[in-house]
Amino acid sequence: MGEILHGLFVNPFIEIAGAPDLFVQVLWEGFVSGTLYALIALGFVLIFKASGVFNFAQGIMVVFGALSLVGLFAAGVPAWLALILCIGIMFGLAWGVERVVLRNLVNQEPIILFMATIGLNYFLIGFGEFIFGGEPKTMITSEIGLPTGSFDFEVLGGLVSLQQIDVSAAVIAGLLVAGLAIFFNKTRIGRALRAVADDHQAAMSVGITLQQIWVIVWFAAGIVALTTGIMWGARSDVSFALSIVALKALPVLILGGFTSVPGAIVGGLIIGISEKLAEFYWGPLVGGSIESWFPYFLALIFLWFRPQGLFGEKIIERV
Amino acid sequence: MSAVETLVDAADETLLAVEGVTLSFGGVQAIKDVSFDIKKGEIRAIIGPNGAGKTSMLNVINGFYHPQHGKITFKGKTREDMRPHVAATQGISRTFQNVALFRGMSTLDNIMTGRTLKMTTGLFWHLFRYGPAEKEELEHREFVERIIDFLEIQHIRKTPVGRLPYGLQKRVELGRALAAQPDLLLLDEPMAGMNLEEKEDMSRFVIDVNDQFGTTIALIEHDMGVVMDLSNRVVVLDHGEKIADGTPDEVKSNQDVIDAYLGVAH
Repeated sequence: MGEILHGLFVNPFIEIAGAPDLFVQVLWEGFVSGTLYALIALGFVLIFKASGVFNFAQGIMVVFGALSLVGLFAAGVPAWLALILCIGIMFGLAWGVERVVLRNLVNQEPIILFMATIGLNYFLIGFGEFIFGGEPKTMITSEIGLPTGSFDFEVLGGLVSLQQIDVSAAVIAGLLVAGLAIFFNKTRIGRALRAVADDHQAAMSVGITLQQIWVIVWFAAGIVALTTGIMWGARSDVSFALSIVALKALPVLILGGFTSVPGAIVGGLIIGISEKLAEFYWGPLVGGSIESWFPYFLALIFLWFRPQGLFGEKIIERV
Repeated sequence: MSAVETLVDAADETLLAVEGVTLSFGGVQAIKDVSFDIKKGEIRAIIGPNGAGKTSMLNVINGFYHPQHGKITFKGKTREDMRPHVAATQGISRTFQNVALFRGMSTLDNIMTGRTLKMTTGLFWHLFRYGPAEKEELEHREFVERIIDFLEIQHIRKTPVGRLPYGLQKRVELGRALAAQPDLLLLDEPMAGMNLEEKEDMSRFVIDVNDQFGTTIALIEHDMGVVMDLSNRVVVLDHGEKIADGTPDEVKSNQDVIDAYLGVAH
């Protein structure tokens, strides 16, 4: 017993003290994963806020965006044009989802809409495989102007290496989040989005059209998905397995709250960093590979203490 | 008495005409063959006991419900089937019986949503909140500040409305409806659940809106004192049917109305 506790809570600190450069490297890896988790979670939050729907298809939208980019490039379209076309595809997807799925389900229970997104998820998997094929592909990182080298520098007597793609992922994620925050808080359309989230009827009575808002919000989620797909695709490769990674957004959302943009960011970073630290320092105790389930475990523990999430609204029942 | 003056001032022009409207939900008839009109510049009250179909009537006027029979003519244009946002485009705005504000947003933002239809810059500019979008935002902000001054709610500009007491929420909701500069303002029980002082404030605002902006108002209200003081003409519904229509005095002395309110042995 004592040995286990020692392994869990004492040894890691001895290791950190012994090799601080490794600690910094692990922190950085966690930070980068965290920003990408935050981006994925942001896609969920956008749609959930505006329509109360948990969009199960968000993960596949990440894959679909990345596949479209790679696929268009492979078909001979110049990289810059492919990128623009992909933005168009995400808009088309948003428009199609509103037209075909959401419009017919207005005023239905959220669970019905949720099931519709499960259907959408499997449709996109099949449709994507049909068009682009199922085999993993390589992201066209350098062609769309993303750096590929690495920065190496000395930290506390060791060598820490930051991949340039990771640095740009963090920067781009930051810019995207800042842009969305301004969009949602300071503009008419952003206000309309929040209005729809609060009260459909009142929103309609001031002249807001739900259909238009839904297209915009799914488009925004699509852009977030495309960005995530490109960044994540550049770090590993572009395959349907990415949509499993996207489910890491679940613990992020539990931590951050389903309706909070800052929650998605902070939750993403907590999950990213803690899973990498846990993998590196606790993994060997149980033979490794705890990275894939540790975030869910952490989220479950967290649920005991704050079921509404870090930034979620506390639900007060009026009796 | 300002309300009387408005009646005299108002040209005898019909703003909204409801003709033979029938609305049913399944087997239940909420409104049965009701006709009445609202003249430009007047304050028109719709009263009746609970379940008389008053709110349904407002919902028909602003396009939430679609009547099975009947015609509605607004500003000379007749329509049969219409969506709420089209009603808003044509100049009808409203408040709700149970306050329907955007609870997470501040007073200022709530009232700004009322400007939705007056703002025209496209999504592209909004993405960056740059150029035309920013200029437009500031212009409309100025207008909204004037409404805030008018309703005397400066002190709660930045407060999320979910935290405000009920009386103030009703006032913010009125502000949101006014922000659209409507031709016809529908108020669904604007004084429900208010204490005497709040009622007096709200009455004053309703009269001022009518007076200063010339806005035509249709309101549903249960407080008979308020109705008789405020309105130029009153239409009375009971069990979905119109049982009386006229000036407050005429309605007050109408035997059908007295029976409907007091109950009578059939």
